Amino acid sequence: MSNSMTGAKMVVQALIDQGVDTVFGYPGGAVLPIYDEIFQQNHIQHVLVRHEQGAVHAAEGYARSTGKPGVALVTSGPGATNAVTGLTDALMDSIPIIVLTGQVPTFMIGSDAFQEADTVGITRPCTKHNWLVKDTDALSKTLHEAFHVAMSGRPGPVLVDIPKDVQFATGTYQPAKPQASHYQPQVKGDIESITELAKAIETAKRPIFYTGGGVINSGPQASQLLRELVAATGFPVTSTLMGLGAYPASGEAWLGMLGMHGLYEANMSMHDCDLMINIGARFDDRITGTVEHFSPNSKKAHIDIDASSINKVIRVDIPIVGDVAHVLEDLLKVWKSRGRKTDAEGVAKWWKQINEWRAVDCLAFKQTGPNIRPQHAMARLEALTKGHDRYICTEVGQHQMWAAQYLGFEDPNRWMTSGGLGTMGYGHPASIGVQMAHRDALVINVAGEASWLMNMQELGTAIQYRLPVKQFILNNERLGMVRQWQELLHGERYSQSWSEALPDFVKLAEAFGAKGIQCSDPADLDDAIMEMINHDGPVVFDCLVEKHENCFPMIPSGKPHNEMLLANAKTQGAITGTGAVLV
Amino acid sequence: MSALNIKKGSTSHSAYNLRPNYSDTEERHTLAVIVENEPGVLARVIGLFSGRGYNIESLTVAEIDHEGHRSRITIVTSGTPQVIAQITAQLGRIVSVHNVYDLTVEGASVERELALFKVSGKGNDRIEAIRLADIFRANVVDSTLESFIFEITGTPEKIDAFADLMRPLGLEEVARTGVAALSRGAHALP
Ligand SMILES: Cc1cc2nc3c(=O)[nH]c(=O)nc-3n(C[C@H](O)[C@H](O)[C@H](O)COP(=O)(O)OP(=O)(O)OC[C@H]3O[C@@H](n4cnc5c(N)ncnc54)[C@H](O)[C@@H]3O)c2cc1C
Ligand SMILES: Cc1ncc(C[n+]2csc(CCOP(=O)(O)OP(=O)(O)O)c2C)c(N)n1
Repeated sequence: MSNSMTGAKMVVQALIDQGVDTVFGYPGGAVLPIYDEIFQQNHIQHVLVRHEQGAVHAAEGYARSTGKPGVALVTSGPGATNAVTGLTDALMDSIPIIVLTGQVPTFMIGSDAFQEADTVGITRPCTKHNWLVKDTDALSKTLHEAFHVAMSGRPGPVLVDIPKDVQFATGTYQPAKPQASHYQPQVKGDIESITELAKAIETAKRPIFYTGGGVINSGPQASQLLRELVAATGFPVTSTLMGLGAYPASGEAWLGMLGMHGLYEANMSMHDCDLMINIGARFDDRITGTVEHFSPNSKKAHIDIDASSINKVIRVDIPIVGDVAHVLEDLLKVWKSRGRKTDAEGVAKWWKQINEWRAVDCLAFKQTGPNIRPQHAMARLEALTKGHDRYICTEVGQHQMWAAQYLGFEDPNRWMTSGGLGTMGYGHPASIGVQMAHRDALVINVAGEASWLMNMQELGTAIQYRLPVKQFILNNERLGMVRQWQELLHGERYSQSWSEALPDFVKLAEAFGAKGIQCSDPADLDDAIMEMINHDGPVVFDCLVEKHENCFPMIPSGKPHNEMLLANAKTQGAITGTGAVLV
Repeated sequence: MSALNIKKGSTSHSAYNLRPNYSDTEERHTLAVIVENEPGVLARVIGLFSGRGYNIESLTVAEIDHEGHRSRITIVTSGTPQVIAQITAQLGRIVSVHNVYDLTVEGASVERELALFKVSGKGNDRIEAIRLADIFRANVVDSTLESFIFEITGTPEKIDAFADLMRPLGLEEVARTGVAALSRGAHALP
């Protein structure tokens, strides 16, 4: 192969060299040379989305479900600005994606040329790093560096802006060289701190593992080591929304998700523990609530690859900067070599207490009345899809929380949700990205009707590429999560939180060429779900649910963990005082 | 929203508001940030400060290694110890940043700033201005019959003091470079 080629060809070559098999994108004037190269090769499949936001979320879904980077390709100007939400989403959730944007030719930059936008300027705060490439000879190196930066350390989105003349010009292609970059984040943790943590494990009476998305980011090995550590110590484990699946939901030590809509036992344990071991989580405000009241009497250890996550929100006693898998491996070694000790008696007492909290059975509900309760819909979806090779995506809102509470995740990379940014419209395109990577799997997007409408056009993509994604819409005809907050905080004045003038989802599905199913009777639910699963093609499932159901448990903002609202709580004025300013 | 009882000045809706005050004492720190001299690098650093609500009291930047394309940014900032630690860590994770040094923590350092002052006046004021400039070891780098430009180097405090003295004597215009700083002693930053 000659190393001399056009910039456009370099883009395709670099993608191939980086092991990319799928690109999500949308063409336009400034990327035509790249699209021309894509046309002339068979290594990379391009998926034509219906909106650039969809391309980026699809790339996120692909990335999260495979552990590989996701790639999106969009044109300059509006193509690039449409990608901004997805980039911000990926930045907040540490998802490695590479977004390639076309740009007006270098000699026109700054002249307000047609479809010119200052893409690197606009995306600087919402990427981990970005580049404007002004010279074809620098293009291949920059592309390889982009993959390296996206995947190393704390993963995140990167963007490479490529002017059209750079795509046309010929230059020298350089293959990827490992270690060529100065960006080499530290992965091994400091052994002294790890030993300090091992010692703390030996004496803790009320320990808890608080795990997060960092375990998933670190790779399957990290989940394996976490499982080993939990089994060996017998300590309870909870996880954030982003970390679900790292420890199996069926595992004995599993307390369920923690946080604002987390389980009672998880939050009570976090509040009362004496040793908190944070593994790849970032003390998000959905977890801590007001920091003064957060787990007031515990010693805290924090394993995180990003030094800026440590002591950002909560001051910790044992900070360990490093990659989860590397640190857990060393921690297990050190702890074992010191004699694998724990305070078994203390921990047994702790479990007794935890089991009392568990007995509260905070997720219990009764399916009564003529309408499907959303919790019931989730419980049935779980029961009927459990055995499948299953991937779950969600949109944002109450349905997202019910999915997190009622679905069980046995493995990492099986759960795709927008946690940090909370992007309505994420789930549908994400499900397309997931299905592209796992053609034979059962991919379900648990959606709210309002969120789903934000990117419903991607149904066309699902049809075009024969992706049998299942859109499971919990249709409460409300912006449910907003309505819940208005009930709790604004005297039930439901300002603009009604989903009105909704389409007929069955007809909508059919208009795209997909299957539509509507279900409103609890008695029909199982059959309808089975029909969805068994249909070999995309399905839009319109599940009409109870309209004013609230999502509990809930820690009202401004309240400590041990003051949760459980189901049937008095909700009027539940959030007061300074808690009200918090989102 | 009066029922919410929110104190003025504490109504930020951002999560940063949830931070406790570990230590309330604001400290002034001088940071040396070694960066890859590439387009946009300064915007990244400044964007970090504005985006996360940190203070910049002074910022200087220039390429210090033309072959290695390294620039040195000197930032004077202030905040509680936790905020300073956070600023250092946040700077450290910018991909084009090679190293971050907190000179205030690493020991004694020398801080210097250069300033130009245009002072116009006649008679006694003019004589007084040049006398004070001499005391402050300021150089005259331009003069007309009615004006001087003084060049002065020193700590920011010294330059402030000089400005205070020049003001009643016909100070017209000031240009300051911001602080450049090096740690004292033979040891060099790696
Ligand atoms: C409507 C709504 C409600 C929500 N309610 C809840 C809730 O009740 N409970 C809840 O938990 N969340 C909830 N969330 C999500 C929440 O906003 C945060 O996104 C989430 O809690 C953050 O998860 P995390 O701490 O695991 O961090 P992530 O965002 O996953 O960050 C991962 C952390 O791990 C570090 N890391 C990355 N890679 C590695 C590695 N290889 N090794 C070591 N460290 C690494 C990163 O530096 C980072 O600090 C909600 C979101 C929405 C939209
Ligand atoms: C893009 C975007 N806009 C607004 C919001 C604020 N928001 C959060 S949840 C929600 C309502 C979601 O309604 P729906 O999708 O029907 O889900 P439900 O809560 O009813 O389950 C809104 C508007 C958001 N998260 N994202």
